[in-house]
Amino acid sequence: MKPPPFAYECPTEVADAVALLAAHGADARPLAGGQSLVPLLNFRLARPAVLVDLNRITALGQIAVENGALRIGAMARQAAVEADPDVGRGWPLLTEAIGHIAHPQIRNRGTIGGSLAHNDPAAELPAVMLALDTEMTARGSKGTRTIQAQDFCAGTMETALAPDELLTEIRIPALPEGTGWGFREAARRQGDFALIAVAVLLRPSGAGGIDARVVVTGTGEGPVRMRGAEVVLTERGTEGDACEVAGNAAAEASEPADDPHAPAWYRQRLVAALTQRACRDAAMRLGR
Amino acid sequence: MTTRLIGEPVERREDERLLTGRARFIDDVHLSDMLHAAVLRSPHAKARFTRIDARAALALPGVQAVITHEDLGAANMPMPLLNEDPGFIHPRTHRALAPGQVRFVGEAVALVVADSRYLAEDALDLIEVDYAPGAAAVDLVAAAAPGGPLVHDDTDSNVACRTADNTGDIESAFAAADFVLREELRPERGAAQPMETRGVVARYDASLDTITIWDTTQAPVSARGVIADKLGLSEAAVTVIAPDVGGGFGVKIFLVYPEELLIPFAARLLDRPVKWIEDRREHFIGSNHERLMVHRIEVAATRDGRILGIKDRFLYDSGAYCPYGPINAQCAQAILPGPYKIPAVHTEYEAVYTNTPVVSPYRGAGQPHGNFVTEAAMNHVARALGLDAAEIRRRNLVRPEDCPWDSGRIFQGNTPFIHRDSDYPLQLAKAVDALDYAGVKRGQPAEREQGIFRGAGIAFFVEGTGISPYEGVEVRVEPTGHVHVATGFPSQGQGHHTTLTQIVAETLAVAPEQVVVESGRSDRFAWGVGTFASRAAVVGGSAALGAAKAVRAKALDLASEELEVAPEDLVLADGAVHVKGAPQMAVTLAALAYAANPINTLQAGAEPGLRAADYYRSPDGAIASGVHGAVVVVDIATGMVEIETYVVVHDCGVMINPTIVEGQILGGTAQGIGGAFYEKLRFDEDGQPLVTTFMDYLIPTAMEIPPIEIHHMESRCSLNPLGVKGVGEGGAIPAAAAFAGAVEDALEPFGATVRAVPLDPPAILAMIEGRAES
Ligand SMILES: Cc1cc2nc3c(=O)[nH]c(=O)nc-3n(C[C@H](O)[C@H](O)[C@H](O)COP(=O)(O)OP(=O)(O)OC[C@H]3O[C@@H](n4cnc5c(N)ncnc54)[C@H](O)[C@@H]3O)c2cc1C
Repeated sequence: MKPPPFAYECPTEVADAVALLAAHGADARPLAGGQSLVPLLNFRLARPAVLVDLNRITALGQIAVENGALRIGAMARQAAVEADPDVGRGWPLLTEAIGHIAHPQIRNRGTIGGSLAHNDPAAELPAVMLALDTEMTARGSKGTRTIQAQDFCAGTMETALAPDELLTEIRIPALPEGTGWGFREAARRQGDFALIAVAVLLRPSGAGGIDARVVVTGTGEGPVRMRGAEVVLTERGTEGDACEVAGNAAAEASEPADDPHAPAWYRQRLVAALTQRACRDAAMRLGR
Repeated sequence: MTTRLIGEPVERREDERLLTGRARFIDDVHLSDMLHAAVLRSPHAKARFTRIDARAALALPGVQAVITHEDLGAANMPMPLLNEDPGFIHPRTHRALAPGQVRFVGEAVALVVADSRYLAEDALDLIEVDYAPGAAAVDLVAAAAPGGPLVHDDTDSNVACRTADNTGDIESAFAAADFVLREELRPERGAAQPMETRGVVARYDASLDTITIWDTTQAPVSARGVIADKLGLSEAAVTVIAPDVGGGFGVKIFLVYPEELLIPFAARLLDRPVKWIEDRREHFIGSNHERLMVHRIEVAATRDGRILGIKDRFLYDSGAYCPYGPINAQCAQAILPGPYKIPAVHTEYEAVYTNTPVVSPYRGAGQPHGNFVTEAAMNHVARALGLDAAEIRRRNLVRPEDCPWDSGRIFQGNTPFIHRDSDYPLQLAKAVDALDYAGVKRGQPAEREQGIFRGAGIAFFVEGTGISPYEGVEVRVEPTGHVHVATGFPSQGQGHHTTLTQIVAETLAVAPEQVVVESGRSDRFAWGVGTFASRAAVVGGSAALGAAKAVRAKALDLASEELEVAPEDLVLADGAVHVKGAPQMAVTLAALAYAANPINTLQAGAEPGLRAADYYRSPDGAIASGVHGAVVVVDIATGMVEIETYVVVHDCGVMINPTIVEGQILGGTAQGIGGAFYEKLRFDEDGQPLVTTFMDYLIPTAMEIPPIEIHHMESRCSLNPLGVKGVGEGGAIPAAAAFAGAVEDALEPFGATVRAVPLDPPAILAMIEGRAES
């Protein structure tokens, strides 16, 4: 469990990092918190020739609210975002979800950008970004572009980023007053990757209506918007058995596979139970 | 005044070093000019090979050697068989490096030695072996049946050993039964995961032709014997030192692992120190496993819940070799009747080779298995008869007035399992009380209406501890006033230095700070075997007491001459011998130690020094016992379980140090909970391990383990001078049964029956939904 040989670069400017990635192409890999990449190196599952360490690029570490939107630099540590009071006030779903990532020690190193770029199919952050309509900013040798959350995740551990592109920042729009939210996760142990996690967002949309967002992760497909469940909530609200019906709709729409941690049927049960609970949580917070 | 130390919760002497980073673990051993090794391990569960091509690896700059079985010569003869069994058909032990045939994924095939571990691992990637894979025997039940792939081609069956044992009249027991329970119970495969993995450092001294080996072993003295023999050296030329060791739990006692031989071999070959530190992946595939058994039991009972007899036919997964003998099976069958008066017990086991890593004891050594079987059966018989789970136990317990009560079973070390010195009914009463068992039961109907599924489970354990072989301790008072204590059994964190200090300091009436303990160095004390089977306090502690008493007697004799006062009129206190009633008439132990070494006047036949060694073996061991109780709440939508209350009532006899006792119980129980709900090793049908990281092998953390409430009952053991019973493993033994019983009780409305541990949430949901268990 020692990595194969690699060259190491530690630029201090984004432009230099991008230039290094462009120069080395697919042989280079950015290094953020190292909490996913270093294990991959040690198991020799990744063999990049060059590591481009982003940890000295101070410009990527900011957390700021601008015109109501939240902007987080790719290198902001998960723990810093979790502890940020503005985030807690404006985007409590994000704060809550980060608390489910690993353990404090790992969140102290692990970054927002690293988690998103890594895009583990059971990771919390990609799911939450989808629920929050996040915009990702990527910078490569050909310039800067914006990627919408729904286009960012491109399958298991794949993203829309090109090999020479860095994720530099994410931007999360403001949530309307009174937005209800819920986040539920089932994991075997505190800090484990989710067996299933569900993020629910209920935005008030005039005349007492709601605009529902239900995202499930952990089925193996990465984060999935459960449109059937969203329709149930949008059309029926959260009264009566609506949350249960939404949960069942989400379970029906999910297509987990058997894996060593759980059989497919079990994950479907979790989707139903956790979606229902996250909807209830969101309903309780709605309008407050 | 002698100060009482035995029984006091004195602070552990080890902790200051451990907590301030001054401990020396194996990876802290740095020698100049040291090389680093990595092991090439088989990627196949079963394969033959004829050629190992290491040319590319050797061409890599910094690679010093690639050692294969051909290089080892006589050193590669099979390892010793450590335990006999009357039913052995074909015992097979492992070798340091596989000679042309591999039998599990992870088996050592070659050793690379290089300037760094990084380079050594690079070189592993470059070695080519012409493996010709064959069909593997992986599933225990299939491997036991005739006709499948063989693990050892020179045998006609994978059954290594078939042994039966009979207590009482089993046929009459079943003839008299009102009810017979028949079921299959499976404790699944797991493995000890000490925080520190294994490691070996060896240094060869070419001038003296001697080797010093730092080794994470739990048995340095025994390891020395095997290594010296294989390397063709005198035992005196080999020193094995177990430094600070970060947890053992059984997996670090094995005579010997390939690396324990390969690293000194390489150090001698290259005449440079060599270090090998096992990584976690290697620990999952190259170190021993435990647990998997399949028990088919029949339990005969009367209508009112008296157990008349148990028949248990079980398969024991031995892994690819069985150098330990079927020791776990022996222990499982010995403790099968538990604390119960079961007149007839019939056991039959088959130890079966499979193409998986070797199985050897892990905390409890088969006792968690046997315990799960009996305790689960108790719950299931109770349910079938409409009895309460605590009540059926009460009706069957051995009572204090029955003792000594011979269970008729023979335990490890040829120890008869005879109950004495404990009060099982009182243990049960305390556990039931501490758990508020009745309250939980009373609350259930109303809670279930509200969708809350809470349940209580209890499980007894009896544990064979303090078994043979013997251990020895030498106590020597120095002219400096220090008391030097040396023993062969090392510590892996248990706090032996503290408990041995308590025993010796109290007996000699010296300050604990004056006592210096050295353990686990074959150059300081080379008798005895090692640390395992909850025996250090019973066996080693009794030897320490014996040695300290002998030194005390010598000191009194010497002082009697010095002070011209009869020994009966002398007492020890504050590091000196005083005349009773006249404390100013005294001579210090330091002065006596000086006098005991009359360099110019030693008489013929006399021995110099104020010192003594004592050796102790306990023919009947010491049985520890207790009850675990758990209250759990099951989330019936997810199958997740929360342990609300966990109670341990236990009796380990005299507690030398209650804090250390509690540490053993807490750690053991945490491991037991791991085996109840979290930790499981799996293989695919080709024998590829599916669990080789802590992402997949779910060791519970402090977040998962509930607060554990401990109730001590200290019934003095009548079989050894300290009155102690072992406490190292008891925590781990009944946790699975207690947890499973609580889950069954919570899910009683669904008719849930637990027949395999560890449970997991899918298995629990399957019981709730009445699905076939997955
Ligand atoms: C014990 C343990 C438990 C964990 N549990 C969880 C969990 O429950 N949930 C969870 O979500 N995660 C979990 N993780 C993973 C953890 O959250 C990681 O921190 C995270 O996935 C990666 O972040 P990082 O900053 O460490 O990235 P790194 O490991 O440094 O990088 C990860 C990948 O992203 C790439 N990358 C990094 N930054 C950028 C960038 N700015 N632009 C382009 N590519 C980039 C790297 O090249 C690499 O491929 C766990 C990790 C451990 C060790």
